[in-house]
Amino acid sequence: MLEVREITKVFGGLIAVNRISFKTRAGGILALIGPNGAGKTTIFNLVTGVLRPDSGQIIFQERSLNGLQPFQIAALGIGRTFQNLELFTNLTVAENVMVGAFRKSRVGFFRGVFRRPGTMREDQTLYREVLDLLEQLGLAEYVDLPASNLPFGQQRLLEIARALAAQPKVLLLDEPAAGLNPTESQELARFLRSLANQGHTLVLVEHDMETVMSLADDVVVLNFGTVIAAGTPAEVQNNPDVITAYLGEGEEEAC
Amino acid sequence: MGIESQYIQYLISGFTLGSIYALIALALVVTFNITGVFNLAIGEFVTIGALTAVSLREAGCPILFAYILAVMLAGLVGALMERTTIHPARKASVLTLIIITIGVSIALRGAALLIWKTHPYTLPSFVNTASINLLGAVIIPQSLFVLGLAVVAVGFLLVFFDFTFFGKAVRAAMMNRTAAQLVGINPGRLSMFAFTFGSIIAALSGIFITPITAATYDMGFTLGLKGFVAAILGGVTNVTGAIIGGLLLGVIEAFAAGTLSTGLKDAIAMIVMIIVLLTRPTGILGDR
Amino acid sequence: MASRKIWLWLSGAAVIVLFLPLLIKNSFLLGIFIVIGLYSIVSQGLGLLMGYAGQVSFGQAAFYGLGAYTAAILATRYQTPPLLCLLAAPFLPALVALIIGRPILRLREHYLVLATLGIGILVFALFKEFSDLTGGPSGLTGIPYLAIGHLVFDSDRDYFFLVWCVLGLVLLGMANLTRSPVGRVFRAIHSSEKAAEAVGISTASLKLQAFVVSAFLAGIAGALYSFWVTFISPSPFGFTTSVEFALMVVVGGLGTLWGPVLGSGIIVGLDKFLQWAVPEVLPTVGGEFEIIFFGVIFVIIMLFRPKGLLLPEKSIVAVAAKTEDR
Repeated sequence: MLEVREITKVFGGLIAVNRISFKTRAGGILALIGPNGAGKTTIFNLVTGVLRPDSGQIIFQERSLNGLQPFQIAALGIGRTFQNLELFTNLTVAENVMVGAFRKSRVGFFRGVFRRPGTMREDQTLYREVLDLLEQLGLAEYVDLPASNLPFGQQRLLEIARALAAQPKVLLLDEPAAGLNPTESQELARFLRSLANQGHTLVLVEHDMETVMSLADDVVVLNFGTVIAAGTPAEVQNNPDVITAYLGEGEEEAC
Repeated sequence: MGIESQYIQYLISGFTLGSIYALIALALVVTFNITGVFNLAIGEFVTIGALTAVSLREAGCPILFAYILAVMLAGLVGALMERTTIHPARKASVLTLIIITIGVSIALRGAALLIWKTHPYTLPSFVNTASINLLGAVIIPQSLFVLGLAVVAVGFLLVFFDFTFFGKAVRAAMMNRTAAQLVGINPGRLSMFAFTFGSIIAALSGIFITPITAATYDMGFTLGLKGFVAAILGGVTNVTGAIIGGLLLGVIEAFAAGTLSTGLKDAIAMIVMIIVLLTRPTGILGDR
Repeated sequence: MASRKIWLWLSGAAVIVLFLPLLIKNSFLLGIFIVIGLYSIVSQGLGLLMGYAGQVSFGQAAFYGLGAYTAAILATRYQTPPLLCLLAAPFLPALVALIIGRPILRLREHYLVLATLGIGILVFALFKEFSDLTGGPSGLTGIPYLAIGHLVFDSDRDYFFLVWCVLGLVLLGMANLTRSPVGRVFRAIHSSEKAAEAVGISTASLKLQAFVVSAFLAGIAGALYSFWVTFISPSPFGFTTSVEFALMVVVGGLGTLWGPVLGSGIIVGLDKFLQWAVPEVLPTVGGEFEIIFFGVIFVIIMLFRPKGLLLPEKSIVAVAAKTEDR
């Protein structure tokens, strides 16, 4: 599916991402973990074209993504959520998701200006589909509220819903569980697993170790921009480098 | 006049007007760096300086005194503008602030029209020496004063920024606004200083250029515009860049007006600005 | 239907427009309403760009002027039938916008303001300079009246109807567009370009579309202006007009359908009112110094009502879909 080969990104002399490689399995869940500043979000930005790698290749379905614009990469089927929330705050919850599905609709400027009945019907069908999706994420009660009125954790879920509406093949989730309570966290984990079972490939950055270990099929551990371990959750958990570099700190954060 | 001396003539007039552009750009850049506001009303302060000096002189004020008073008045209007329009809107969007400065500029131009009507005015040259002949080109002594003002202004800025506490704080604020607050500089006071300072520089350049080009109520519009272009050329945040940008623009304009058409002067300035914006948004000195 | 309310408003406005010329016999006043109509067409386009796509243009008078000059030059120098000129004129400004739009719209904030302002002044200078084509500073005379078949628009009353009909169509199209999924995407871009890109939306091409539409509408208004006054010179297409267009949009209310119309009414009305009132009150002073009040009023509006007088309706489409659901 998605393969990252030896990508490197340097910010003003500081190596944020140093020759990192990993590969996702179709329908699998890959977790990127590591302390703050390990380069996780930078990797997301490199994969989605927000940043350009200084060297290395990013391959998606046998095609190099290097040099493509963010919207082109998204259109190929790579969706994402943002760690610092980038909701359309002036739109309602449902509308946020509907914008997510816009690329798939055939409404252009002229069809918009002339308001063809088909266009409006299509939009209403979309609205109903969006309701289903929001229901699955437990956002049904907020549908017509402005997105800015949502509680913090729910805003993260809305980011996921919006990304899903674009029907991505690979979904990059930047700390999806932050701000959720334990019950909501578990529900989210179940939902993500069901997405993977439906054939979505997920890549997530997460701090909550419990979620990562129970959910991920593969784990890549980063520290100071380099991969220090990779494997199944069980393998990674027993890796002495990981324990010293990260897990101790991770436990603290999880508390 | 031979072709060389003609080119030298262009160069001289380019540097003269360019110094004025540079000074206005300098005023813009310092204000922008401190406050984040691009003061589109800057040109009006050129007008206020020049025409107040004219009126005071006509009223019988000793000339030097008239100049000083005119500059102080412009500074006062600048401070007043900051207090009444910029400071209350300091948290507003960029668009709002730009419209505010445009609104102030319109109001000030209207006031200038009310006071001075549409007549052109002039001020005497600072000295009554005959023109200097340089390789067949003519230099008006006033041009030298204009160049001198630019040099003095830059020199003053350098001393001010390097040797006074307030200057250092301003420089810190130009680089990092929160840093200035950390060392105890009141950002409101800084903002007022920035506008006052910008207005003073603009008024001075108005007084210096009037003996050469004459002054009208709307002289500030074109000069202000060229100041923006010079600031853009220099990269908007760069003091040295603003000076070089102004001189460069002056020379380009002088050559364009001389070799192509005088009417194309403004068009050329705009083309230069757009090209720089599109290809080197950090200015001609910027990296990239 | 979401548009039911709009239809109501539009038909209400249409009734007023129909009866207005019966009430106003004064051709000066009717002229003011024609100008308001023309400026509303321009500011509708600019409203799409500023209020929906979140971009700024301080050079819109350039497109207005390009439309006016294209129509005038085609009609006077090439004897093209006026109706054809009117239809052809908006394509030149739209083309110019298409060419310069992509690089220009990459700029942000002050840089975008200055670049568009620069284009406005550049085009203005070219109107004066290319006198072989444009007549230079003294302008172009002898523009014929607009005629559609046997109907000749030679009176202010007829012209008033024509301009406001065009405005009505523009309003209808704009109401449809902003309530369509495309309008929703525009509002989304305004809020976060990053997120819009992340769901596969090319923000650059949408912004470009809005820019081209704004230039097209300005071109229509410009061509209508040419055939109304039958004489054009560069002066109405300068920087001041560009600023006024931007002010109309902002004062009326960003992201609203009626804001640009209200803004045009306020600015044109205020301008004419001050031109009349100031000499009445202060007969001793001549000139056009009423712009003082103009400037002061804008500063006050920006200080106390920076989002403009009208506020955008919230989330029209979702609500519409819901009501039909039940």
